[in-house]
Amino acid sequence: MTPSIASDQLKQVFADVFEIGVNEVRPDSSPDNVETWDSTRHLNLVVALEQEFGVQFEPEEIEQLSSYGLVQALLLEKRCLNGARS
Amino acid sequence: MMPMAVWTSGNRDNIERLLNQRCWNEARLALDTLWREQRNTSTAQFILTCYQRMRSAVSLQERRIVILRSFTVEPLVPMLRAASVLLGGLDLIVRMGDFNSYAQEIIAADSFLYRFDPHAVILAIQARDIAPELWYGYADLTEKQEAQAVERVLRSFQDWIETFRARSTASLLVHNFEQPDVSRQGLLDSVARRSQISAIQRLNEGIRQLAMTHAGVYPFDYDALVARHGRRGWHDDRKWLTVRFPISSNSVVHLVEEWTRYLMPIFGKSVKVLVTDLDNTLWRGVVGEDGPAGIRMDEQYPGAIHRNVQRVLLDLHRRGILLAVASKNNEADALKVIEDHPDMLLRPQHFAAIRCNWLDKSQNLRSIAEELNVGIDSLAFVDDSPVERDLVRRQLPEVAVIELPPDPIGYARTLQEFPLFQRLSLSAEDQERSRHYAVDRQRRQFKDQLGSLEEFFRQLQQQVEIFATSRETVPRVAQLTLKTNQFNLTNRRYTEGEVAALLQTPGVNVYEVHVKDRFGDNGIVGVCITRRNGPVCEIDTLLLSCRVIHRTVETAVLSFVAHQSARAGAGRLEGWFLPTQKNGPAKSFYPSHRFKLECEKDGNSLWSLDLNGAAIECPDWISLGHETQSSIRDTIHCQ
Repeated sequence: MTPSIASDQLKQVFADVFEIGVNEVRPDSSPDNVETWDSTRHLNLVVALEQEFGVQFEPEEIEQLSSYGLVQALLLEKRCLNGARS
Repeated sequence: MMPMAVWTSGNRDNIERLLNQRCWNEARLALDTLWREQRNTSTAQFILTCYQRMRSAVSLQERRIVILRSFTVEPLVPMLRAASVLLGGLDLIVRMGDFNSYAQEIIAADSFLYRFDPHAVILAIQARDIAPELWYGYADLTEKQEAQAVERVLRSFQDWIETFRARSTASLLVHNFEQPDVSRQGLLDSVARRSQISAIQRLNEGIRQLAMTHAGVYPFDYDALVARHGRRGWHDDRKWLTVRFPISSNSVVHLVEEWTRYLMPIFGKSVKVLVTDLDNTLWRGVVGEDGPAGIRMDEQYPGAIHRNVQRVLLDLHRRGILLAVASKNNEADALKVIEDHPDMLLRPQHFAAIRCNWLDKSQNLRSIAEELNVGIDSLAFVDDSPVERDLVRRQLPEVAVIELPPDPIGYARTLQEFPLFQRLSLSAEDQERSRHYAVDRQRRQFKDQLGSLEEFFRQLQQQVEIFATSRETVPRVAQLTLKTNQFNLTNRRYTEGEVAALLQTPGVNVYEVHVKDRFGDNGIVGVCITRRNGPVCEIDTLLLSCRVIHRTVETAVLSFVAHQSARAGAGRLEGWFLPTQKNGPAKSFYPSHRFKLECEKDGNSLWSLDLNGAAIECPDWISLGHETQSSIRDTIHCQ
């Protein structure tokens, strides 16, 4: 899987969960600039990411997922750890 | 064969295109496909956003739901809403109580719960939250303390259920307690005199009994659900210990689907008939090619796969769901198998209608609905061929088409779990339904033999009995208000809880109509609800099952209601006719019984009858009986 396809998929999850356009998702998208990003949606995001990418986040990581860029970085790292990158 | 290109695609770009072109029906089918392929939070939110865009064109039924809980359930909500809109056309508005505030919500009369006035409430409490001593501290408990804990919990539940029932007519789903995956006593639990597992079983049995004694309260077997999917995989301790969300991301869908299975029958979303294909569905092979000896539905693999499908269809039949066949076959070949093949479990008497021909399946579905006198939206359809399924979805979007997995070994389970086959109560009428339809065929033949309609009515020897509804028949009365579409003057829908509340409302009378004739007992096939308001008695609801319409039973019911109202001192009988797409058969009811038009508003009309004028006569070919008890109660209510 190439990183760009994974990114499209990731952007789609963000767009769905926060009900914004795919084009509005930027690396610095965070609770500060996405109006719908409250604690409920944050948990929805975590669940949606786990479902979509087949990963599981550690308790410490759940709070760290506080921007699109951070999520992307952690996901890339995770997929390496899970040996899912091909 | 259909070319692949026209198949419904759940591709998002495709959906976007359909929405922009305002192809609403196509878009709904595509969203359906998308949901079947990807049941997750992200897709759910996307589906809800799309429905928001279709709002003006697609009419949905709004239903308010409250979840009272001791743990986080928020991530389940988008999926629950998406599943409900796709399956039942329901627009759920979901609100959650604060953590562990469920007791106050239920007990305080002015709480958010009652102010929100929900249609259904889910009470989801974990044993570890309400009884930590039983969950974490079991090993330290004495026998007496254990008994006290069980009693305390059950007393609380009793208190909540009774208070809730007194204050709200909403349906209530009560989660039971899941078992721990390992007992605090380890293996000792299975051999010791006292056992943690058995203590929780006692709680669950207690909850079941409590729920069963209240109308519209349903035990939700959460423990069985968790067990079915595996306790270890169900949980996620990471999120439980941090955000009090105990369920793993991959298990969320299972709880959502189980909730949906309960909510569909509660809101009257169910099908009445399952229309099935034959070749490679009820048996392995094609009878027209392989011959009766070449098809398989025996106990050996692969016949056993299809034998299991037949077993599930028998279960549905016993549940009151009518079975019918729509198959592309030579009729003689297919009938011979159904009648004579030694391995068939389903026989001609199990089918209410059979169509074996080379016509389009949708054409056959239409004619089956017509023969059985049900709406197209009362049909479910199962077929192993994805092409046939897709065609029916396109041609008859109202039919509930059951999506089968690619591997036939999963067919039986898919049918078992289909939400629109679920029932939360089984009336005597449900169990007898297939027989009623068989008798109906005799009745029609009888009618054809007789010259005049009046002669038919006389020979039919109908006996109509009208009783005040009692606790025992509340489920059947609610079922009739939820499911009757044709002879129904107002289409007001009442859940069991709401019917139970009507029985307690001063000035309101709920009557049930029993009809017998020379061919047998039809059971409860009609409902009439009246409301007394000063000198006026209003007919809130008057409906008859399609099995007894066009037989003058409605005149008999009206003569009873008019008589009762006059006796109770009312001067006028009033009633609305609220037209829908389906209640044409009830349209001329009021004018043909001498009611005068009072006013018209948005297509709805209000009719009235002066009770001081000539009485409405019961047709002399019907013998009308009623319970004297009810008339006494009537008088009391109306004073």
